[in-house]
Amino acid sequence: MNRTKGDEEEYWNSSKFKAFTFDDEDDELSQLKESKRAVNSLRDFVDDDDDDDLERVSWGGEPVGSISWSIKETAGTSVSNHEGREQLKSRNSFSSYAPLPKPTSTYSLSSFFRGRTRPGSFQSLSDALSDTPAKSYAPELGRPKGEYRDYSNDWSPSDTVRRLRKGKVCSLERFRSLQDKLQLLEEAVSMHDGNVITAVLIFLKRTLSKEILFRELEVRQVALRHLIHFLKEIGDQKLLLDLFRFLDRTEELALSHYREHLNIQDPEKRKEFLKTCIGLPFSAEDSAHIQDHYTLLERQIIIEANDRHLEAAGQTEMFRKHPRKASILNMPLVTTLFYSCFYHYTEAEGTFSSPVNLKKTFKIPDKQYVLTALAARAKLRAWHDVDALFTTKNWLGYTKKRAPIGFHRVVEILHKNSAPVQSSVFYGSENDKSEVPLPTDITGVCQSGGRCGHKVELSHQVQVP
Amino acid sequence: MAFPHRPDAPELPDFSMLKRLARDQLIYLLEQLPGKKDLFIEADLMSPLDRIANVSILKQHEVDKLYKVESKPAVSSSEQLCFLVRPRIKNMRYIANLVNADKLAGRTRKYKVIFSPQKFYACEMVLEEEGIYGDVSCDEWAFSLLPLDVDLLSMELPEFFRDYFLEGDQRWINTVAQALHLLSTLYGPFPNCYGIGRCAKMSYELWRKLEDEEDGETKGRRPEIGHIFLLDRDMDFVTALCSQVVYEGLVDDTFRIKCGSVDFGPEVTSSDKSLKVLLNAEDKVFNEIRNEHFSNVFGFLSQKARNLQAQYDRRRGMDIKQMKNFVSQELKGLKQEHRLLSLHIGACESIMKKKTKQDFQELIKTEHALLEGFNIRESTSYIEEHIDRQVSPIESLRLMCLLSITENGLIPKDYRSLKTQYLQSYGPEHLLTFSNLRRAGLLTEQAPGDTLTAVESKVSKLVTDKAAGKITDAFSSLAKRSNFRAISKKLNLIPRVDGEYDLKVPRDMAYVFSGAYVPLSCRIIEQVLERRSWQGLDEVVRLLNCSELAFTDMTREDKASSESLRLILVVFLGGCTFSEISALRFLGREKGYRFIFLTTAVTNSARLMEAMSEVKA
Repeated sequence: MNRTKGDEEEYWNSSKFKAFTFDDEDDELSQLKESKRAVNSLRDFVDDDDDDDLERVSWGGEPVGSISWSIKETAGTSVSNHEGREQLKSRNSFSSYAPLPKPTSTYSLSSFFRGRTRPGSFQSLSDALSDTPAKSYAPELGRPKGEYRDYSNDWSPSDTVRRLRKGKVCSLERFRSLQDKLQLLEEAVSMHDGNVITAVLIFLKRTLSKEILFRELEVRQVALRHLIHFLKEIGDQKLLLDLFRFLDRTEELALSHYREHLNIQDPEKRKEFLKTCIGLPFSAEDSAHIQDHYTLLERQIIIEANDRHLEAAGQTEMFRKHPRKASILNMPLVTTLFYSCFYHYTEAEGTFSSPVNLKKTFKIPDKQYVLTALAARAKLRAWHDVDALFTTKNWLGYTKKRAPIGFHRVVEILHKNSAPVQSSVFYGSENDKSEVPLPTDITGVCQSGGRCGHKVELSHQVQVP
Repeated sequence: MAFPHRPDAPELPDFSMLKRLARDQLIYLLEQLPGKKDLFIEADLMSPLDRIANVSILKQHEVDKLYKVESKPAVSSSEQLCFLVRPRIKNMRYIANLVNADKLAGRTRKYKVIFSPQKFYACEMVLEEEGIYGDVSCDEWAFSLLPLDVDLLSMELPEFFRDYFLEGDQRWINTVAQALHLLSTLYGPFPNCYGIGRCAKMSYELWRKLEDEEDGETKGRRPEIGHIFLLDRDMDFVTALCSQVVYEGLVDDTFRIKCGSVDFGPEVTSSDKSLKVLLNAEDKVFNEIRNEHFSNVFGFLSQKARNLQAQYDRRRGMDIKQMKNFVSQELKGLKQEHRLLSLHIGACESIMKKKTKQDFQELIKTEHALLEGFNIRESTSYIEEHIDRQVSPIESLRLMCLLSITENGLIPKDYRSLKTQYLQSYGPEHLLTFSNLRRAGLLTEQAPGDTLTAVESKVSKLVTDKAAGKITDAFSSLAKRSNFRAISKKLNLIPRVDGEYDLKVPRDMAYVFSGAYVPLSCRIIEQVLERRSWQGLDEVVRLLNCSELAFTDMTREDKASSESLRLILVVFLGGCTFSEISALRFLGREKGYRFIFLTTAVTNSARLMEAMSEVKA
C-alpha cells in the first residue's frame, strides 16, 4: 500500500462513494477500512517467509509450472533452445501449482487399453484404478475412434447416420439417387447432431448441382442453417452469396458482402470496396449507414494524408505540442469529430477536416456535437471555446447559457479536465446577464466532480432546446 | 453470514473422478505417439488443461516443448508434432500450413491431431482439401466436463452460445448428450428429468438414444442424483444481461473469472505482481462471501480481520513454549487466511473504485427501472447518453438488449435513433452486430402489427409454420417475442417490497439483484421442482414460446432415496451466470436441496454481447 494516509481518508470520504450506496454504507466502509489497516499492519509479521504457501507466479501472472506459463517460456526461448530447456527443467522442479495426485497405478495406461476387443467391457481399467471399484467407466472413453473403420457399403440411412454420429469413417457414395440423399439428410436432421448434418451436407454439396441443393434446402430450414454456417466458416463466400441470391434473402446477401471489408487492411482498397457496397439491397436505413461509412473513410483518408504531412513537416504548432497518438483511419465518426475539434477547430466549413463540415455531412445531432466539442476543447484547456459553445444571443442581444446536454455532464467533463473554476462555463463570461443563477456551491460540485445534486435545479432553469 | 446448509442437505457426489478420467485419457493419447514430441496447444484449451494436468505430467509422457497454436508459424525441431485443439477450421488451416511447408522442404515428421472434445467432419474435410489427410493422424479427447468446483461442472465451450443461438448450428448437441451420458454412467441413473427449450429437448432426445444404444449399465443402480433439469439460455436472456451484485458475479464482471481462476492485478494485490488465484470452495474466505450481496461483504471481511487480529495478538503474552506451539500449529493457517483476506479486501476496494467511476448506482437504477417497466423514456435517454459519451460499447449494447427484451422490442423510432448513434460512436461496421442481435432475438424492433391479440398471433404463427418453404427470414423461428412483462407478472419476478429489502437476511432469490428481481431461469426451476412437473405452468410455457418444448420424464420405479431426490443437476445450455448459481444455492439452503450445475460455459452479460459482436477487439 503506497497510498498515504491523507489520500486514503479522501478516498473513503470523498463524495464519489456516496454514489454507490448500500445500507449503512458509512459504517461498512469504515469497517472495511479498519480491517484493511488491521490486515496491513499484520503484514510485517508474516511477510518474511510468506512464500511457502503461495503459488509461484511468473511475471506474466501464470503460476510457474503451469502449462500456460510453460508455453510462454517456449515462445520466449525458442531461439536459444538448449538454454530454454535447462531453464524450464529447473523451474519446473519447484512447480507447486495445483499438484494432482499421481495415478494410483504404476502400469502404463496404454496397457489397459491394448487388446481390448469388446466395446463396452472396461473391466481392466476399472479394476486397475483401485479407488473406484464399484464404478464402470463410460465405454466410449479412451477408445481412439479412428481405429475402427468399416468400409462396408450396405448401411441403411439410419445405420449410416448412427455410424457417423459415433465418429466412424463411413462412405456415403452409395447414396446416389436424390431420394436416397434426401432420406439420409432427413435422418441426420432427426438425430439433431449438427456435426452429422454438416457431414451429409458436405456430401450433398459435392454430389448435387447448386440449384438442386438449394431448392431442397429451402424447405429444410435446419439443414439450411447448417449449410450457411458451414459456408461462412470455410469462407466459401461465392457459394454463400449464390445461396442468398437463390433464397431471395437480399438483406443477408448485402450484409454478407459488406462483411468482407473487415478483411481488407489497405485503406484505399477498403474504400473502393465500400463503394461497391453502396448499391446493394440493404434496408433503406442501412443503405444510409453504408453510404456514411464510405464517406467517412474517404474523409479520413484525406485528413490523414494531410495531417501526417503537416506533422512530419514540423511547422504546425498544434502537432508539435500535441503529437498525434494514432492514425484516424477506420475510427468511428465521433472519434473523428473529436479529432477534428482537437486539431482543426477553427477551420472554415469548406474544408473536409473542419468540425462543422463533419457535423453537416453526417447530420450529427446538436447534443452529440456539443458533447464532443466540449470534451476536445476542454482537453486543450481552451476555455474560451468552451464558453462559446454554450453562449447564444437572444433577440434582445442578451447572451444566455444554453446546453443541449445536462449541465451536470458539462461540469463532470470540465472537472475531468481540471477546469479552473473561474474560467469554467459558468464564470468565464463577462456578460453576466446570463439567465442561469447558479447555486453558490457549484464550486464545490466542480471540485468534487461528483454527480451533482443540482441537476434538477439547473435543468429547471436552463432552457433545453 | 454465509448460511450453512441444512443438516439434512445431501452430500455432493465426488466429481474429481472426472479430472482423473480426462487426464488418464490424455496420457493414453500421448502414449499413442511414443517418443519425444512437441505439443501445440490451442489457447482456449490451456486453462482447462492446467486444471487437470501440469507440465511435469506432460514431460513424463515425453512432451518436449510446448507451443501455442496461433497465427504466426512456430519453429519446432522435433521429429513428432502433436496438436491439441478445438475442432475449428482455422486450426486445420494452421496445421495444414505447417505440414505443407514441411513437405515443400522435403521434411518428414509425424503429426497427430487431438481434437477436444470431439472432431468434426468439416475439419476432416479441410485436412483432405489441403492434401494432408493421411499425413496426420486424428484422435479425440472427450474432455467435456471440467469440475470447476464441488458443485460446478463446465464444458468450457463458450462458442456453444453463438453457434447455436445465433447460427442455429447443432454441432455441440452431441457433445452435450455424450457428457450427460458419461455423467449418468458414473452417477446415474437420473430418475426425474425436466427441460425447456428446443436445444434442451434435442439434447435430451439424443442422450436418451445413446443410453438405449449402450446396454443399460445403469439399470438397477440406485440413483445418486434425483433430478436433472435442462434449460436453454434463450428462455431467459434478461437475467444474463443484468449487472451482477453478488460477490462472485461481481468479481466475474470486473476481473473475468477464467476457468475457475482469476488474475488479480497489482491494484488488488497491492504489490507489483499479478496473482492468479483459484476461486472455489477451498478458499475459505471466498467460500463464505461468494454468494453474498456485495454490500454484506465489507462487514464480513471486517469481522474476519478483527478475529484474525485477535488471534495474532494472543502471541503477545506467550512464553517460549506457547510461542513454539503457536508457530508450529496455528501460524500457517493464520497466514493462509491472512493472505486470502487481504486479497479479497483488495478486490473489494478495486471493485468499489471501478464501480464508482462508472456511476454504478445510476446504472443499477436504470436496470431496475427496465425490469419493472417504468420510466422507459428516462431509461432510453440514459442509454442514449451512454452511447454519445462513448462509454464501453459492450455496456451500451447490453442496456439496449435489456430494453428490447423487457419491452418486446424497441419502438421503431428509438431503434433507428439508438442504432444510428451507436454506429457513429463505436464504428459503422457494428451494422453487422445489430444484424446478429436481431437474428438472435436479443435486440429487435417492434413490428407495426406487434400489438396483436392472442388469436391473431396464434393464426400468424400457424401461417409461418406451415409456409415453411417461403419464409423470407429463416431466423424468424429463433427470434420470437420475449413476453417478459407478462411472464414477470405471472411468476412474480418483481417482489413487492414493503419497506427495505434486508440484503443481510435475504428472503428470496431476488437478493442476487438487490431484491429487485428474481432470476427468471431460477424461478422456472423452482416452480417445476415444486410441482415435479410443468402442470399449472401452461401459460408461462406458452409465453416462453415453448408449448412443444417443455418436457418431463419420470421413471416409475422408485428406488431413489429421499436424499438423492434432493440432489438436482441443472444443465444450462448456452451458459449460466454466477448470479444464477448463487440464487439456486440460496434456494437449496431454504428447501434442503443441493444443486449441481452443468453449464456449457460460465457466462455474463459482457461475454454474451461479445459473442454477438462481429468486430473483434
